[in-house]
Amino acid sequence: MNILTGNDLATGDVIWWTGEGWSIHVNDAVDVGDKGAEIAQAESAARRVNEAYVIEGEKDNEGNVRPAHIKERIRALGPTVRLDLSLKPADPNAGNWVI
Amino acid sequence: MLEFLSLRDGGEAAELPAVTLEAFSGQSNSTAVRIEPGEDARELLPHLDRVALVEVNFPVFGDGRGYSAARILREAGYAGELRAVGDVAVDQISHMVRCGFDSFRPDKPLDPALVEAAFTRFPGVYQKTVDPRAPIWAQRHGADHG
Amino acid sequence: MYQYDTYDQAMVDARVAEFRDQTQRRLDGQLSEAQFRPLRLMNGLYLQLHAYMLRVAVPYGTLSSKQMHMLAHIARQYDRDYGHFTTRQNIQYNWIKLADAPDILADLASVEMHAIQTSGNCIRNISSDQFAGVSADEIADPRPLAELLRQWSSFHPEFTYLPRKFKIAVIASQEDRAAMRLHDIGIELVKKDGEIGARVFVGGGMGRTPMVAPEIRAFVPFAEVVSYLEACLRVYNRHGRRDNKYKARIKILVHEMGREEYTRQVEEEFAHMKTLGLDPPLAELERIAAHFAPPPYETGLSDEIDLSDRDFAAWVSTQVKPHKVPGYAIVNISLKPIGGIPGDASSAQMDLMADLAEKYSFDELRVTHAQNIVLAHVKKADLYALWKALEEADLGTANLDLISDIIACPGLDYCSLANARSIPVAQKIAERFSDLGRQKELGELKLKISGCINACGHHHAGNIGILGVDRKGVENYQLLLGGSGAEDVSLGQITGPGFDENGIVDAVEKATNVYLANRTEGERFVDTFRRIGMAPFKEALYA
Repeated sequence: MNILTGNDLATGDVIWWTGEGWSIHVNDAVDVGDKGAEIAQAESAARRVNEAYVIEGEKDNEGNVRPAHIKERIRALGPTVRLDLSLKPADPNAGNWVI
Repeated sequence: MLEFLSLRDGGEAAELPAVTLEAFSGQSNSTAVRIEPGEDARELLPHLDRVALVEVNFPVFGDGRGYSAARILREAGYAGELRAVGDVAVDQISHMVRCGFDSFRPDKPLDPALVEAAFTRFPGVYQKTVDPRAPIWAQRHGADHG
Repeated sequence: MYQYDTYDQAMVDARVAEFRDQTQRRLDGQLSEAQFRPLRLMNGLYLQLHAYMLRVAVPYGTLSSKQMHMLAHIARQYDRDYGHFTTRQNIQYNWIKLADAPDILADLASVEMHAIQTSGNCIRNISSDQFAGVSADEIADPRPLAELLRQWSSFHPEFTYLPRKFKIAVIASQEDRAAMRLHDIGIELVKKDGEIGARVFVGGGMGRTPMVAPEIRAFVPFAEVVSYLEACLRVYNRHGRRDNKYKARIKILVHEMGREEYTRQVEEEFAHMKTLGLDPPLAELERIAAHFAPPPYETGLSDEIDLSDRDFAAWVSTQVKPHKVPGYAIVNISLKPIGGIPGDASSAQMDLMADLAEKYSFDELRVTHAQNIVLAHVKKADLYALWKALEEADLGTANLDLISDIIACPGLDYCSLANARSIPVAQKIAERFSDLGRQKELGELKLKISGCINACGHHHAGNIGILGVDRKGVENYQLLLGGSGAEDVSLGQITGPGFDENGIVDAVEKATNVYLANRTEGERFVDTFRRIGMAPFKEALYA
């Protein structure tokens, strides 16, 4: 799947395009097909996202989305060396997901 | 919005057709010349007495060679119009003035309010350049310096 | 230390107001990101992997307690309660909101700090020796010149859009604690006929093409240093490559043009510059130097230290260095606890270090390029109390210049340029060698890790260097041996094929075993490497 991601202009948060808006959870991401650039342009113009770009990923049967590249998986989770600041602070093994 | 900005007395643009540095050096009719980023402004120095306008082109704002070109011309005593053209934004013009530019023809027009703010924002300067502003160190140590 | 006068304060305040306007123009849509990016970068604001990152300048690494308290306040108020001290003696915050950035800059300005030119293709923060003013072998305190150059380089109209970033370091000792010759310009204060001036090296750097800067001029009188640097920068601004960002640093210009031709052009430009009245009078340098006068040291103090507490004695043996004044010592505070994140400090730790500096070190702290903190003037009689306080805050690790005193860039955990994580590798290596006795047995061993070829972790200058690369989407680590960023500067050599995350930890251990098996009396790791060469290490690593 093609995933559209970027950062919230005001907060800098990593965000993922859900089809209707933006979410900080990668599992909310939808396949944008070949519409990524178009959506990115409109959303950037509306100042809802900054520096948006399309990445590859896949969705499993349970609906979990996994970006193809480790850099995007770390963006999706947070720093692996500070899991307390990640989106999964309660899971001590969360870092394994990025590898 | 300002398509053209001049800080020279009178303020009108010298509407002379600027020729390339190479063309200018090779013939004597032109009085206006345009310098591109890779070109050596010092080639103009032998001809300064017949120059009325030098345009320095900034194809992209991040290419800062034009700042050195301008300052070199002023350091050599050039007193004619020195114009920045191209990708020139309000956020660059105060530095450009300090390097000797006195007119601007930017690709995108400038907001006069922001131009005013850009010229008045900083109360001092830390370096002596080719503009008349006394650097902060000179102000600290009295008029006999700088 | 230096204190702003009304001129300096007005400049920094104006910059805050300017950035507030620019940020507002971005948030309300008048500026596109393409237009705003260079403006925010000139104020140290990056868009990083997880959020905006703000890099705050710590000029030549020197801070007052009040300033350190402000850094703690910013961590608490606007970030997630910590900051990261960098290899250029600055501090970075990782979780900044764009709308808060102008308020942060205003808070910094209230304590005479800023983030001006901590990014962008301009002259960056000037770095220096963390032992400035207190080491016995220095010619003069290098910081007054560094401050003069800070002012000269701030808002420089000709040199704000250089081909690439530009880093300057100033030192004044034989011993180089600032990696001086790995800077775009390195300045060493030297004495000639009784006069102090600058010996200038140009064209060093790390990155993908590491180079040691050659000497360009043996002596520039103080009264002409600004003219000389203007000449160095002008030749670079006009002729440095702009067609390829990886070849745009001045080291490539000096290399391609040749040292002789670059020097010739600089001399020609310098002869011209000297006639323009660009140099501040010496009275200006003297005015600045007065701010760096020695603090009111007590006299008649004892040099005795009670070392009966063995843990304290171990800490003293690594962290405490000789001070030029009897009865005083230089204290190095490790920001490298075993298993911690190199260079990170919590707001509580920053506050504590600020309080301890106020109590024991004349209100002053320094950040080191090795990402540690220095209290430069501690009475020997106060060392024990200081150590106790540091211990309680996890700041008492005794590993200065040992294998666990690792320099590491933020790597792929934080940085959008990185190819691999650096911090987890640093943590695993520190844990592997966690036994202090074992570390001391290995002796001085500088280990430096970068998460990509940009080399923010100085891997080329590590006795052991590690470079993280991306091998088909998987993190992989190359090993380098034999580098040094000190006065015996040298660039590390790659051992061969890379390793995975666990493999690199094993490889480091094997390299140390080769050293232990081959060293002669008094040899450091790097000395042994230089003597026996790469072959025995390769044999052990790839057998």
